[in-house]
Amino acid sequence: MRHIDRQLDAPYLMRHKRTIRWLVGFLLLLHLAALLAGFLAPYSPTAQNREFPYAAPTRIHFVDASGHFHLRPFVYGMEQSSGDRQIYTADSANVHSLRFLVRGEGYSLAGWWKSNLHLFGVDAPGKVFLLGTDAYGRDQFSRLWFGSQISLVTPLVATVISLGMGVTLGAMAGFWGGWVDEVIMRIAELFLAIPWLYLLFAVRAALPLSISPVGAFLLLVTLIGTVGWARPARLIRSVVLTTRQQDFVLSARAAGASSGSILRQHILPQTWGVVVTQAAILIPQYLLAEVTLSFLGIGVPEPTPSWGNMAGSVQQYSILTSYWWMLAPVMVIIPVMYVYDRLAAALHEPVKSSA
Amino acid sequence: MRKLRLIVLLYVLAGAAAYGFASPPKDHATPEDLLTTHNPVGRRGGRLVVSQHAEAKTLNPVLAVDRPSREVLGMLNADLIHINRLTHRTESALAKSWKVSRDGKQYTLQLRRGIRFSDGEPFDSQDVTFSFQVYLDKKSNSSQRDLLMIGGKPIEVAALGPYAVRVTLPQPYAAGDRLFDGIAMLPRHLLEQGYREGKLGQAWPLTATPAQIAGLGPFRLKQYTPGQQIALERNPHYWKADSKGNRLPYLDDLVFLVLPTENAESPRFQAGDTDIISQVGVKLFEDLGKDASQKYRLQDAGPGLEYNFLVFNLNDDVAGRLPAIEREQKWFKDLAFRKAVSQAVDRQGAVNLVYRGRGTALASHVTPGNPAWMDSRLQPRPASPEQARKLLASAGYGWNSEGLLHDRADQMVKFSILVSSNNQQRTVIANLIQQDLTKLGMQVTVVPLEFRSFVQRVLETHNYETAVMGFASGDTDPNGEINFWLSSGFNHFWNLGQKKPATDWEAEIDGLMEKQLTTRDQKARKKLYDRVQQIVAEELPIVVIASPHILVGSKLKLKNFEPAILGPYTLHNVEELFWEE
Repeated sequence: MRHIDRQLDAPYLMRHKRTIRWLVGFLLLLHLAALLAGFLAPYSPTAQNREFPYAAPTRIHFVDASGHFHLRPFVYGMEQSSGDRQIYTADSANVHSLRFLVRGEGYSLAGWWKSNLHLFGVDAPGKVFLLGTDAYGRDQFSRLWFGSQISLVTPLVATVISLGMGVTLGAMAGFWGGWVDEVIMRIAELFLAIPWLYLLFAVRAALPLSISPVGAFLLLVTLIGTVGWARPARLIRSVVLTTRQQDFVLSARAAGASSGSILRQHILPQTWGVVVTQAAILIPQYLLAEVTLSFLGIGVPEPTPSWGNMAGSVQQYSILTSYWWMLAPVMVIIPVMYVYDRLAAALHEPVKSSA
Repeated sequence: MRKLRLIVLLYVLAGAAAYGFASPPKDHATPEDLLTTHNPVGRRGGRLVVSQHAEAKTLNPVLAVDRPSREVLGMLNADLIHINRLTHRTESALAKSWKVSRDGKQYTLQLRRGIRFSDGEPFDSQDVTFSFQVYLDKKSNSSQRDLLMIGGKPIEVAALGPYAVRVTLPQPYAAGDRLFDGIAMLPRHLLEQGYREGKLGQAWPLTATPAQIAGLGPFRLKQYTPGQQIALERNPHYWKADSKGNRLPYLDDLVFLVLPTENAESPRFQAGDTDIISQVGVKLFEDLGKDASQKYRLQDAGPGLEYNFLVFNLNDDVAGRLPAIEREQKWFKDLAFRKAVSQAVDRQGAVNLVYRGRGTALASHVTPGNPAWMDSRLQPRPASPEQARKLLASAGYGWNSEGLLHDRADQMVKFSILVSSNNQQRTVIANLIQQDLTKLGMQVTVVPLEFRSFVQRVLETHNYETAVMGFASGDTDPNGEINFWLSSGFNHFWNLGQKKPATDWEAEIDGLMEKQLTTRDQKARKKLYDRVQQIVAEELPIVVIASPHILVGSKLKLKNFEPAILGPYTLHNVEELFWEE
């Protein structure tokens, strides 16, 4: 009753749509940024600076050591403090200006447009590590952007696979019923019963040891996507089962429409709401799955970054307690998960209300 | 009634007399031949708590193979001749002195008189002959048996009297006195019956009661708490004394606490729950050093004996069985390729990244921790991708338009580096090598595998391309690594199970190792082993990368604490450790 009231409440609906717009806008922006990772990142994600493992984030200065203000921001050069290799001190005699739209290491955008233009950088031999460096002296900021390509695209593609399979099989089961329904639903139950993490371990163990990062990405996407089709399939089936008994479907049938046409034109459009809410639920789930698998070392291999394998390094207690910037991927995952969760809730509300 | 009492009394007296004659002579009257130590004199009392990453599996010295069991057993038992962990030289232990025959085949050992096992029973030559009989018996399944086989034949041990034994080696053996280190002497009075009945394997499990176990070590079993700890107490009969004649050890109790990971170990050490932390990772070592309120000292004992390396799969048995690996072996068997890989690897980078300077870049498998045997003429070369590219180009390799390396048959050079995912430092080394080889246009992937799967692939199925591994001998003497270098050795990782040497240089190493095994002149042995190091550095079946330092910590009030680079790193002189007031 509450949902119905809300649905009828026009201001609520307005607010609701506005929230959805904001959330979708944020996600679109994030994905666009991931696409432009090569441009936003000052360095290659695999470039090692072996003199600077676990360097703290570089401070950007406007005022130099003698108190002079500089319009152009700058960073100081770093040097290892003697006696303790872990501590780097800023060398105030070594000033490197921060510049925008600089030429640097080459990269490709979406695999087809090659460039070496970066949003920002510092004069050589200076280095700017906005989020510090990891165990190999790699720039965390650059790795975070490049890692977002894997971590954000994997759940999208996996969701397409899951929903593609779920809609197809769910619609077939609901529409034709009988033995088709029996077979598909029993298989769906089997998939729901399988402990997927162990299944993924087993599949990974059975495959060749050496997989390229692209191969690992495709494998990951396929595995995650294939494992998750059962739940959306059951929901789609139930929608199809209800819809196929409705008058407009029966009329279309009576008018001599073919099964394919009825399914395509009359029944599948009714599943759209479920598909959208399922997508909003599955994407964050799969994002977390990628993070979990990479965290456990069976996702995308080093040196290719993903948020999961980047977060994997904080499994070590000493790193967790010493280098807060190593938590950067976790700090990014949390708001992204929150936004997806809010979006799923916002999309789900009208569906629940209309149910 | 009186008559009956008399008969009973006579029986008792006769029984007592018979027992006295029949049992071995009790040596309680013989003055104890104690070994006097020279470290600062300490004070009695206190408890030492040390952590172990896993629980010991057994208290039976014959069966123990795992490190935790050996650590505990090292406290409960003693050997005849011992390698001093600080000087790396042999010194007297249960054997007070020994003589070697001119041909180097016979060792005559004089045992300490009047010393006793931890249960108060005397120790004599019968215990020694019994111990070696057990270790050499195939049925005992003892890991020590291999160490006591020389040239495929067992050593022979015979008693020359209650306190003298003669050990006969089948052939002259350089540094034969080092054979005795770590061979625990067993109490015949407790184990002989079980051994005769074929039940030695069941003796002394962790659940054994303290009364069932006895040894000649500084401590004896007090209590075992499953999954938590093994508590030992001071052995009142220990055979060492300090310079003032006080019997050692000083400590009353020694506790081995099970803390499975470094993450669990470090907070307990910082909190003062444990007193010693051993084999600390460099990161933790530095973090502990930052603790301002520290009541402990951290010590860098210097380069250890461990060396980490990249091994190429040169196993012959993959032919026909694993075609993909066989195909790639044509690169690995190409010396120019191996040299290029070695030339490209940034060893100093590994020291910086992995060990943060607390390690050493290596040119050969003998680390600076073993100066007596290291060929100092071999020095690690700085990484040079340019030189490596030249080597590859001159060997017929080329690069495509994308800069990727291909061989003479236009096959892209693509392979994986296997590494144990349990070892974080080696995983970093593997990633570092991968990055360096990418600069040469090689397409290399790092594959971290769970330890057992890793071992299975490298040692059993040989289904791998290259792997990053580590190896550390228990002794500085080259004989400790003989199974690594002999082509027939069970640790000859790059090509296991060879019936005859697969290459000329392996045949040469075989000859050199066998010759040094029987050469008694130290200088001549060094020369032979230098040549082995040179061959390894030239032929590169393994690309040696770096060696970590031994890092340890102990409470400030613990005295006589002297970490060593030979295991056990921190407890090798446990009997001399004491708590300052």
